[in-house]
Amino acid sequence: MTATITPALGARHARILGVGGYRPTRVVPNEEILKHIDSSDEWIRSRSGIVTRHWAGPDETVAEMAVIAGGKAIADAGVAPEDIDGVLVATVSHFKQTPAVATEIAHRVGAGRPAAFDVNAGCAGFTYALNLAKDMVTGGSARHVLVIGAERLSDLTDLEDRSTAFLFGDGAGAVVVGPSDKPAMGPVVWGSEGDKSDVISQTVSWEAYRNGGEGVRFPALRQEGQAVFRWAVFEMAKVAQRALDAAGITAADLDVFIPHQANMRIVDSMVKTLKLPEHVAIARDVETTGNTSAASIPLAMERLLATGQAKSGDLALCIGFGAGLTYAATVVTLP
Amino acid sequence: MAAINDKDAILEGLAEIVNEIAGIPAEEVELDKSFTDDLDVDSLSMVEVVVAAEERFEVKIPDDDVKGLRTVGDAADYILNAQLSTQS
Repeated sequence: MTATITPALGARHARILGVGGYRPTRVVPNEEILKHIDSSDEWIRSRSGIVTRHWAGPDETVAEMAVIAGGKAIADAGVAPEDIDGVLVATVSHFKQTPAVATEIAHRVGAGRPAAFDVNAGCAGFTYALNLAKDMVTGGSARHVLVIGAERLSDLTDLEDRSTAFLFGDGAGAVVVGPSDKPAMGPVVWGSEGDKSDVISQTVSWEAYRNGGEGVRFPALRQEGQAVFRWAVFEMAKVAQRALDAAGITAADLDVFIPHQANMRIVDSMVKTLKLPEHVAIARDVETTGNTSAASIPLAMERLLATGQAKSGDLALCIGFGAGLTYAATVVTLP
Repeated sequence: MAAINDKDAILEGLAEIVNEIAGIPAEEVELDKSFTDDLDVDSLSMVEVVVAAEERFEVKIPDDDVKGLRTVGDAADYILNAQLSTQS
């Protein structure tokens, strides 16, 4: 007779237990960007809403920023570091692919020997990892998962590209996902559109860079601004609405909207397209943080809570979207 | 089946859209006006104008074609041709 396998037993529900963020020390105003491109402070503000961003110094590595943000999230969650049994790091700007930076971070936050791996889903990386963490907790493969988005996009910025030089920033944001008695994370609405892989991409592959050649420069992020704007505002508004529907709530029930902080114009137009009510607090962290890809949503969440614009227990719609193209949206209860 | 608009009707519709999105008085939206140089419609607002025009006139204006729409007249011609080609 064949023995029966004992299945994993997960928590009934999952929730975000705590959040933490790290912003590099150096604040870079638009004036500094203007040394490299023919533009103006007014133009940058009107096209992006960005006034300042943080750029990391040599010691503020992806791992270093992630460890600090992760440590804060663990403390905020009120769990012991050794209780973390899963560490997921979403990043596109850690330049050493092997080993996964998540393992070093797990070790340095004092988590012991948890499952640890990196997630690459562009600017949707955090919301992808967040939903993986939820499934790990409810699926029984982990009890407390540290989810981090950490980026040094200044390393992938072409300072001479006047359409993107001002956009990107550095930083790390983290949350801890753990068990919950009540539902506190709605179903994820996610997907990818690989037919649009050239809309946001790296200028040259590492292989092409290694091989060198005429005009081959260090890789940078590039995007087709109008195509990204149309997709982000109009297609992602539909995805955001589907996430509300999946969670069984309406925009009127929502307290907070935390879209990926790509550009203030995208945030404003999404709010308009979604017809969000006046009472909904809108994350506008891009103004002083720039676009930090996978780090933007947890950083914005941390700031909304720290400044009192949002409070624990609020219902927040988070939507990440970016290179791939990839997207993931989910409604969560704020920690 | 969608109604085919004449150029005057398309201009009127575009004027309402530009007014709604960029706050430009509708009467200033004329066929020879450049969206960016005369009407202060930047590249991102242009995308909003295009999407609103797609809905109103029931046509498709792909991203690659948006760059060719320099003036209001360019957009009106594009929409007129798109409407005619879907009807034929």
